[in-house]
Amino acid sequence: MKEGETHVLLGPNGSGKTTLLMTIMGFANYAITEGTIIFKGEDVTTMKANERAKRGIGMLFQRPPTISGLKLGKMLSAISRSKDENIPELAKSVHMDKFLERDINKGFSGGEIKRSEVLQLMIQNPDFVMLDEPESGVDLENISLIGTVIGSLLEKDKHLIKRKKSGLVITHTGYILDYLDADKGHVMCDGEIKCHGNPREILKDIKQRGYKECLECRHQ
Amino acid sequence: MPRMPSPVKVPELSKTDQDRVAQAGIDLAMKNRCGSYLQMDQDIVQAECSQQGIEVLSFKKAMEKYDGLKEYTWQAVSPEKDDITKYVAAQKDPKGYVIIAHKGSNNILPIQACLYLGREQIQHVHNIIVAEEDAELHIISGCTSGAHVGKGGAHYGISEFFVKKNAKISFTMIHNWSENIEVYPRSASIVEDNGVFLSNYVCMQPVKKIQMYPTATLRGVNSVARFSSVVISTPGSFMDLGSRAILEGKGASAELITRAITKGGTIISRGHINGKTAGTRGHLECKGLILKDGVIYAIPEIEGSVVGTELSHEAAVGKLAKDEIEYLMSRGLDEDEATATIIRGFLDVKIAGLPEALQRQIDSSIDVAEKAGF
Repeated sequence: MKEGETHVLLGPNGSGKTTLLMTIMGFANYAITEGTIIFKGEDVTTMKANERAKRGIGMLFQRPPTISGLKLGKMLSAISRSKDENIPELAKSVHMDKFLERDINKGFSGGEIKRSEVLQLMIQNPDFVMLDEPESGVDLENISLIGTVIGSLLEKDKHLIKRKKSGLVITHTGYILDYLDADKGHVMCDGEIKCHGNPREILKDIKQRGYKECLECRHQ
Repeated sequence: MPRMPSPVKVPELSKTDQDRVAQAGIDLAMKNRCGSYLQMDQDIVQAECSQQGIEVLSFKKAMEKYDGLKEYTWQAVSPEKDDITKYVAAQKDPKGYVIIAHKGSNNILPIQACLYLGREQIQHVHNIIVAEEDAELHIISGCTSGAHVGKGGAHYGISEFFVKKNAKISFTMIHNWSENIEVYPRSASIVEDNGVFLSNYVCMQPVKKIQMYPTATLRGVNSVARFSSVVISTPGSFMDLGSRAILEGKGASAELITRAITKGGTIISRGHINGKTAGTRGHLECKGLILKDGVIYAIPEIEGSVVGTELSHEAAVGKLAKDEIEYLMSRGLDEDEATATIIRGFLDVKIAGLPEALQRQIDSSIDVAEKAGF
C-alpha cells in the first residue's frame, strides 16, 4: 500500500480479514509463519503492538474488550501523552463527552463503541489506520458522523499529493465508502487475497452475485 | 471565625517516615483537614478540631468530660469478644480518640486520625466515633509504622461507631504498615433510622498479619451500610479480612465490595450479610486478581431468615485479561503501562454517598498509596 491510499478488504465471514488486521497490529496470539511486515520501510514483523502503534499503526476494533473500572477519559489521557490535548472538546465532537467517566465499552451501544474507537484514534492520530467494520451495529446518523471523522483521519480533505495518511477498511455493506473514497479493493477468501480491483465495482459484483460467483468469475 | 487547625509538628520523624505517614492519607500540613488526632506509639501528639459542633478528644479526656461515655463504651464491641478486646479493656491508661459530631453538625473537610507505630511494642487504642442526629461526619484514618520497627510490633485497635437517626459517617482507613507488624482491628458500628455508615478500606503495603472482621448492625429503619475494601498482598503478608452487615431494621440495606490483588501474599476475603427482617437488601461482591502465585480465598456468606429479605453475592478470582492489555498496547502503551492502567481501573471502587471533594481527596490518597505499592 502506498502512502495516502485507502484500500478496502472484502470477503465472506471467516475468511481471515480480522485475523490479517490483528496480525498487522501485532497481537500476540497471531503468529506470522511466513513473510514480513514492512511499515515505512522498516521491518516490524517481530515488534510488539505498542512499538507498532508508536510507529504510526492504529486500529479501530470491531468488538473491543470492556475494561471494568477503567474510565474512557482516563484511557484517553493515558494514550495522549500530551497535556495540551483538549480531551473534553474532542469527545464532544463525537458526542462522547458524557461517556468520559464511564467504564470503557461497558454497556456501550454499537454506535457508542465505534464513537469511542474513533475518539481514541483521533488522539492516537496514526499514519496507517485499520478499520474493522466501522459501520457494523451503527445507525445511519452515526455512520455519517463516524464516516466524516474517519475521512478526516485519513486526510480525505487534502489533495492526493499532500495526503500522508493511509487506511485499510473491512466493510460488508460499503456504506462507509461514501465517506472514504477508497482507491483499491481486495477480496479475501480462506486466508488468501484472491483478487484486486476497483472497490465499488467489486462490491457491486458481490452484492449482485454473492461471494462464490464473484470469486469464480474473477479467478478466470 | 473558627480557628484553623495548626500544622502538626513531628520533628522526630525522618523524611522517610513522614512520607510513610503521607502514604497513609495523613496531611501533616492540615491543608484539607478540619481536625486531627495523632498518636505516636502511646503518646498523644494532637487532638483538635476547628469545626463547630465536632469534637476530637483523647479517649481519656472524653471519659472525664462525658462521665465515662457509658452510652457508648463497649456498647458496639464486647470487651469479652477475644484476647484482643480483653487486652485493650484491661488497660489502666487507655489511649485512642473520641470523635463526636453533635446534632446537626457536618464537616466538609475530613478529620484525620493518625496512629503511628514506631517502636517494638503493642500499640493499643480504643476509639469511639459518634454522629448524633442529622450530623454528617467524615474521617480519614491513617495507620502506619516507621520504616524500621526492629523485631516488629502489633496494633490492637477497638473502634465503636454510632450513627444516630438521619446521620452519616464515612470512615476511610488507609493502612501502611510494614512486614513485621501485626494488626488486629476490632470494630463495629450501630446504625439507627435512616443512618448511613460508609467504610472505605485501603491496604497496599506489606504487613505481617492483619485480621479483622468489622460488623455493621443496621438497627434502624432504612439504615444503610457500605463497605469497600481495596487490598494488595505482597509475599509474606497474611491478610484475613472481612466485613459483616446485620440487617435488622425494616428497609435496611448493605453493600460489601472488595477488590483483592495478590502479588504473592495471602488474602482471605470474608463477607457475611444476615437478613433478619422483611424488606431488607444486601449485596456482597469480591473480585480478586492473582498477579503472582499467592492465595485469594473468598468466603462470601449470605444468610436470610425471613420472607422478604433479598441477598446476593458474587465472587470471582482470575488473572489479567490479555485482550485488555493488548487493546491498550495497540494504543501505544507498553505492557507495564497497560497492566498498571488496568489494575488501577480494577481497584477504582467508588463508594456512593461521599461528597465529591472528599472523594477526590480519597482518590489522591489512594493514588499516593498505589504509587508506593507498584
